[in-house]
Amino acid sequence: MAHAEHPKTNYTRMWIILMVLLVVSIVGPFFGILALTLITAFGIALVKAWMVASYFMHLNVEKKYIWWLLLGTLLFVVTLFAGMAPDVLVSEGLNWKNCMVDNTCVPQRL
Amino acid sequence: MSFTAPVATGRSTTGIPTARLAMWWLLASEIVIFGGLVAVYLLLRLHNPGWGEEASHTNVWAGAINTFVLLTSSYFIVLGHKYSELKETEKANKFMLLTVLFGFIFLIVKAYEYTTEIMHGFTLFKSVFWSFYYVATAIHATHVIVGMLAIYLISRGVKKGKNLHRTEVVGIYWHFVDIVWIFLFPLLYIAK
Repeated sequence: MAHAEHPKTNYTRMWIILMVLLVVSIVGPFFGILALTLITAFGIALVKAWMVASYFMHLNVEKKYIWWLLLGTLLFVVTLFAGMAPDVLVSEGLNWKNCMVDNTCVPQRL
Repeated sequence: MSFTAPVATGRSTTGIPTARLAMWWLLASEIVIFGGLVAVYLLLRLHNPGWGEEASHTNVWAGAINTFVLLTSSYFIVLGHKYSELKETEKANKFMLLTVLFGFIFLIVKAYEYTTEIMHGFTLFKSVFWSFYYVATAIHATHVIVGMLAIYLISRGVKKGKNLHRTEVVGIYWHFVDIVWIFLFPLLYIAK
């Protein structure tokens, strides 16, 4: 893509904003408040990633199908998480129980 | 026999240069690699609250310095891209080499961290948390090394005014490596 097609992004300004966000993400958890830690650490990580992707990688002016390509693969990751979450995070449900939790598993033979 | 660039290098039926499209495809696969790691980490972390105690032994300041280093290197490579497009090859080359230098700084800080952690007994096999920590950061560091090599090799051509479009392509890769670190930093260093 020719330079003329890129918007006139002030990269120095973007870098300064990223630095400010970095400081906030470090300072936030020192208050010891869970909600604040989640927002300052992970919320700001999302904002930083979005800024780098949009303005440094120029996804803001990239063809839309590239967004779909990247989001499509991200969907695989979300599916992986959603598929495994019940097995890992839930120990019992309707008519089933994870025997690994209380070590009551019976050895199986083929 | 003179060398001519392959047809695929120049054609653009997809609306964007083929090299850049190839890089997006590569990064799409990288999303699954790093995303899979992060998804599994999140699951295990949520299932094992004790990991918070393990994470308290990681060096927040080293992680923060490395976040600063990678964000700044991203800034340098985007300037390299900007000057490549303006055909100011000297400046483009300078910023690309600065990016490589910051990659080195990142690796030095990482090496210091590894050394300190191993000396304190936090080895690869100490617990699942530390196994994840070493695997994720080592895969990431490998990407940093590959990026540094690619940027250096491309900068040699850019200095001579050749293949200036490659600056953008390698830059996209470097920014992705930066984004991965942006997520590894809170996961491994901040969330205690």
